[in-house]
Amino acid sequence: MKTSTDTMALYRDDDDEQIIEPVGYDFGLTRRTFVQVLGAGLLIAVAAPSIAQAQESGVGGRRRGGGGFTGSSKPVPLDARIHIGKDGAITVLTGKVEGGQGARAEITQAAAEELRVPVDRVTLLMADTELCPDDGFTAGSRTTPSTLPSIRSGCAAARQLLEKWRGGDESKTYADLAAADAKSLSQVPGTDVQITPTSEWKALGKPTARPNGRDILTGAHKYPSDIIRPGMLYGKILRRPSYGAKLTDVNTDAAKAMEGVDVVHDGDFVGVAAPNTSIAKAAIKAMEDSAKWDQPPHPSSKQLFEYLKKNTKGGVPANPFADEVSGAAKSLRAEYHVPYVQHTPMEPRAAVAEWDENGKVTVWTATQNPFGVRRELANAFHVDESTVRVVVPDFGGGFGGKHTGECAVEAARLAQAVKQPVALQWTRAEEFTWAYFRPAAVIECQASLDASGTLTSWHFVNINAGRPGVESPYRCEKKNQQAVDSAPPLRHGSYRALAATANNFARESFIDELAAATGKDPLAFRLDHIEIDRLRAVLEEAAKQFGWSDRRAKQRDANVGVGLACAMEKGSFVATCAEVEIDPAKNVARVRRVVQAFECGAITNPSNLQSQNMGAIIQGLGPALREAMVFEEGKIQNASLWKYEVPRQADVPVIEVYLVNRPDLSSAGAGETPLITLAPAINNAIFDATRKRLREMPLRLA
Amino acid sequence: MQGVEAKFTVNGKPVSVTTDPNRSVLEILREDLQLTGTKYGCGEGACGACTVLVDGKPKFSCSTLLSEVVGKKIVSIEGLASGETLHPVQQAFLDEGAYQCGYCTAGMIMGAVALLEKNRKPSDEQIARGMNGHICRCGTYSKIVAAVRKAAEAMPQATEAKS
Ligand code: FES
Ligand code: FES
Repeated sequence: MKTSTDTMALYRDDDDEQIIEPVGYDFGLTRRTFVQVLGAGLLIAVAAPSIAQAQESGVGGRRRGGGGFTGSSKPVPLDARIHIGKDGAITVLTGKVEGGQGARAEITQAAAEELRVPVDRVTLLMADTELCPDDGFTAGSRTTPSTLPSIRSGCAAARQLLEKWRGGDESKTYADLAAADAKSLSQVPGTDVQITPTSEWKALGKPTARPNGRDILTGAHKYPSDIIRPGMLYGKILRRPSYGAKLTDVNTDAAKAMEGVDVVHDGDFVGVAAPNTSIAKAAIKAMEDSAKWDQPPHPSSKQLFEYLKKNTKGGVPANPFADEVSGAAKSLRAEYHVPYVQHTPMEPRAAVAEWDENGKVTVWTATQNPFGVRRELANAFHVDESTVRVVVPDFGGGFGGKHTGECAVEAARLAQAVKQPVALQWTRAEEFTWAYFRPAAVIECQASLDASGTLTSWHFVNINAGRPGVESPYRCEKKNQQAVDSAPPLRHGSYRALAATANNFARESFIDELAAATGKDPLAFRLDHIEIDRLRAVLEEAAKQFGWSDRRAKQRDANVGVGLACAMEKGSFVATCAEVEIDPAKNVARVRRVVQAFECGAITNPSNLQSQNMGAIIQGLGPALREAMVFEEGKIQNASLWKYEVPRQADVPVIEVYLVNRPDLSSAGAGETPLITLAPAINNAIFDATRKRLREMPLRLA
Repeated sequence: MQGVEAKFTVNGKPVSVTTDPNRSVLEILREDLQLTGTKYGCGEGACGACTVLVDGKPKFSCSTLLSEVVGKKIVSIEGLASGETLHPVQQAFLDEGAYQCGYCTAGMIMGAVALLEKNRKPSDEQIARGMNGHICRCGTYSKIVAAVRKAAEAMPQATEAKS
């Protein structure tokens, strides 16, 4: 396998900063910083196509709420990727973050593979904007397809350098290489880089535990909310009482009079820094009581779907195949609804900000987009990005919900004013209200069938949620598939799998309606219309492992039903079979068993892939059965984990995940696709049990 | 608020803080004692992330006031391992890979320790019920049950949780 990485520059970051191969690149960082953090040694930079640039300007990059990040503004021609200390310590640098999705283990594995060293020899330095290359944001299942190749080719380059330099003398190690004199290195010719083919993988493709797992289990790991700096104060913000509210008056005297409290009042921004959180809370409370607000009207979640339809930009598109429909043997039309939900990571937004005497600010925070947050900070304070450093310690969950830097900016504003480091952690209620949401959707579906039960036209319009997953994989000559904008009442943005969940919920439920209308088995109806082999393969695998035909044939308890769904998204393929049981007394559905087949090309870390699938299924249970934001008069009414009920241990069904490995194909990311077929599979199972067709998430019988 | 002196032990060490007795134990651990292993997830007893042992019983430290622990023995996640040797529950979580982001994990482990102290041979059903107060958003629930089961097997030889 050849890669496009053909330029390699070598820096020796010794005290004398001797440059081995002068290159005309702007490194965008000081070698001194590297020496400070990593010590003297050899720094290997790799020119690779900028990942940030290659990334589209956002996951489903339409007018997503918040952030305002759109790819990288500045090309990064040369990425410092690998540092080899004189003691042989190997540090690999990446702008990717670890929020539980397994990037740390996977990237470490990839580096070890190419460097031909054991996994524990490699330390991964992640997401420090001062040191790491801009690998874009960690989202959209892109770590595997886009970061791994550049890490691998960089490490392969380092290995080849070592091999050439030692000229067959196996006793020479990376440590010797790092300590070698500059001249001997400059004589090593550059070359095309060979990365290890799948068949020869030793580290990749194997289950690998998270390198810092032990620190997580002992409480030693410092999450963003755990960072403590000398002289640090605790911050809190005066929040608006409703969306769009404007502060007209506030009395800060009582808060200011509290011991150790600093009040920062700058336009609509009112916050405090205090010696501890309780005092900060008391100070905010004192101001809340006196604050006066202008509160504009805001729609209620009760009218959400009507509101979205009414505000559709350009009106709701009509079906261009109306003639086809009216002349068809059969046709069906249905409208599906998906409410706002939230990511609800276990760690709410948190940041610690510290300014130095030269006006440079460092912020430790959780974000899936460290360079975007650096930009956000630079914009907020009208400073150059070079004076902002964002460090992202491994954090407590993102799921697409931490692309922005609101909390980082707030902490930095407080810290700037009080000239001391300030920690700010959002409360759960703040997270529920002021973070962003997965977009709500209205989805209109209409299809026609001929006498043999074959699709003849397909009309599918998503209002408000976006394009991902709007494309149907089923064969049909006349397809109209659109995503149109509306005027979203809540600030929405990315979410694990984004609109693919809404679109697949609607499509896979609607396909079931069509199968029922033709009297065909839902599996047979799908297989009749699928041309893509990889999709067919996962669907057949899931059905086989579930025992679909037996389950359908058998006489069953009236309160039990089975359903299935399949989808393809971002280069991976998924099919899910679900069994539900209806509790007639409570009139709720309980999911008893989920069987999922998943294929994303060559498997790089099977245990992580299992975890990703399991996690996605469990996370998907929430919006499928219970989760929905309730709002009224501009206030979230269920901003609490008591009221917004995420899945718990007792909700967990029997889950079986079958991974289909395709070592002949390149690896696609797997963070999202495993989520998207759960809700429709459950919905179809509810229909099977009750003959009642639900068309709105969460799936409530009553 | 007038500061009051409160004495108690944390992970076997006597501590004394002089502060508002109505502050939560979670805040005292994290902000005054710099023991940040115990996490905030909701602040209202709904998620279990902040679980510690108080005189051997599991408590949500976010909803426990400093005044309630005066004279008591607190064990937090930092106090479970003895030196390099992990507590059997920690070891089982490590072996089973029963964590993803790990933010819920400290609370999960403390909850599991308390569960196993009461019942050395819990059924899967009892584990699921016993751990139902703990939320994991990364969806590691199945592995957590497996880890608790595994720890249960290792526990008879283990010593009681330190206090
Ligand atoms: S933080 Fe204490 S239970 Fe959630
Ligand atoms: S491992 Fe992330 S919340 Fe449990």
